Amino acid sequence: MKVFVCLKQVPARDSVLKLDEAGQWVRDPDLTHEVNEPDAFALEEALRLKEKHGGEVVVVSAGPARAASAIREALAKGADRGLHVEDQGLARADSFVTARALAAAIRRETFDLVLTGLQSDDLGFGQTGVVLAQLLGVPHATLIMEVQRLENNIQVKRELEAGWFQRLQMPLPALLTIQSGINKVRYATLMGIKKAKTKELKRLTPAELGVDLTPSQAIRRVYPPQKSKQTQLIEGPAKQAAAALIEKLRFEARIL
Amino acid sequence: MSILVVMEQLGGAWHKMSWEALAAGLRIGKALGRPVWAALAGDATEALEAELASQAVERVLSLRHPLLAEYTPDGYTAALGQLIRRANPFLVVMPHTYQVRDFAPKLAASLERGLISDVIGCRLEQGTPVFVRQLFQGKLNADVVFVGEPPHFVSVQAGAFRADQLAPGAAPAPVERPPVALEASQIRTRPLERFQESKRTVDLSSAELIVAVGRGIKGPENLPLVEKLAQALGAELAASRPVCDSGWLPLERQVGSSGQTVAPKMYLAVGISGAIQHLVGMKGARTVVAINKDASAPIFEIADYGIVGDLFEVVPALTEALQTPE
Repeated sequence: MKVFVCLKQVPARDSVLKLDEAGQWVRDPDLTHEVNEPDAFALEEALRLKEKHGGEVVVVSAGPARAASAIREALAKGADRGLHVEDQGLARADSFVTARALAAAIRRETFDLVLTGLQSDDLGFGQTGVVLAQLLGVPHATLIMEVQRLENNIQVKRELEAGWFQRLQMPLPALLTIQSGINKVRYATLMGIKKAKTKELKRLTPAELGVDLTPSQAIRRVYPPQKSKQTQLIEGPAKQAAAALIEKLRFEARIL
Repeated sequence: MSILVVMEQLGGAWHKMSWEALAAGLRIGKALGRPVWAALAGDATEALEAELASQAVERVLSLRHPLLAEYTPDGYTAALGQLIRRANPFLVVMPHTYQVRDFAPKLAASLERGLISDVIGCRLEQGTPVFVRQLFQGKLNADVVFVGEPPHFVSVQAGAFRADQLAPGAAPAPVERPPVALEASQIRTRPLERFQESKRTVDLSSAELIVAVGRGIKGPENLPLVEKLAQALGAELAASRPVCDSGWLPLERQVGSSGQTVAPKMYLAVGISGAIQHLVGMKGARTVVAINKDASAPIFEIADYGIVGDLFEVVPALTEALQTPE
């Protein structure tokens, strides 16, 4: 099975986000970045499929130069090679633009399966995988909790709302967006990290791939959300704060 | 050009978020002075058509075809794509359900358009609709506008628009059934049975007090800390998705869009940042208390009481204080 995995590099989860001067994005140079967590589950699923059925795992990312380190990390975990569609503008591209860049890179080869995470932790559109399926002309399913290879097709378990699931079958090639928690993600080994340095990481540009970078939406302004509730913040050392909170829950909120 | 609201139904019952999408569509339609049309897809949907026609919409567009009886992304994209090409709306509004997430990006892309997903608000700036959505798991908001020609596509987040203020229209709206050209060969995925994994033994929805734990707890070895607090309060223990994904607590204790929806008297969130997927499951709580080391965590936006601090100090202190007689 030849599996492509799409990875995005996003600001680390516990980042302190400072707005840029235009108030249109966060200050990128201040941030440390990591592999988008939902995509790490997609990578793990691809590695498991390869271990079971053989084949190849190719990692593809559309992002600025720094995204190469996310691809290296995936190579260290066991992916065979990487494709990097590199452009500074891709750091905050909308889903449609990102999907066009990924599609252009993937389309140059054959594949059985494309896996993506269900959404990114930064923009959170949850669209790139589904748009990519449309652009590649393959069937798709989202929020997948289980992937099974059958004779000529695959059977997947899709998460629905409120604790319901559904099984689906579809022919290959296909695209799946993987639900977080489908598997337990592995760590890179020292050997893996060493090996990754010799693996192929091919750099491509939107221009040579003929990718249209025209956005379909634009962020005018980014700002901290307004509180919907007035929060009483209780300060002080743990012991005092705890006592003060219980006092309030007993006599103000009358809960305890 | 109209505002077209795409409603969601399953087996003859509305998805309740459909009404919120309709409320959003009506509000935007009124602000822009554009007529609002409502669409649904399915097979035997007479009763739903009539119910929808009683709303204050200009017309109901009902896509009916045996191949739409069961949802598939290929079937829905083809049928809705045909409708949108013909009706040429200004804006298509959908509820941000799991099903919409599955087909709407494909539908918009098939028409060479973008989709602003998971919208929590909308206002006009010089006649242009500006949509508000969350970034970085709710830490920041963004004002987003469309670039390029309509039709535009948005999906609206659960609870962002109020469905309880919908009022019936003056007269029933006409119901049209536009032609749907669909063949079995176009539908590439084969949906099988829907099922639930196992019967739940924990019913969090009836709990009066809930102590919920998130990834701030760092590992399963630290869980006794919150278990003791829950015990001291007489509360049920719940968790956010990452805790259940990691197998630290069973899935049946998960609160959020993929878990249970709860409305206790008090919801005490320990080490939970408050991603929207979690908040939709618990924002009905009467009083929300949050303990988190990150003062900018979105959970504090909906908390009544908050302690910004190290849960490994605060939680044992709370447990101890509760065990001390008043």
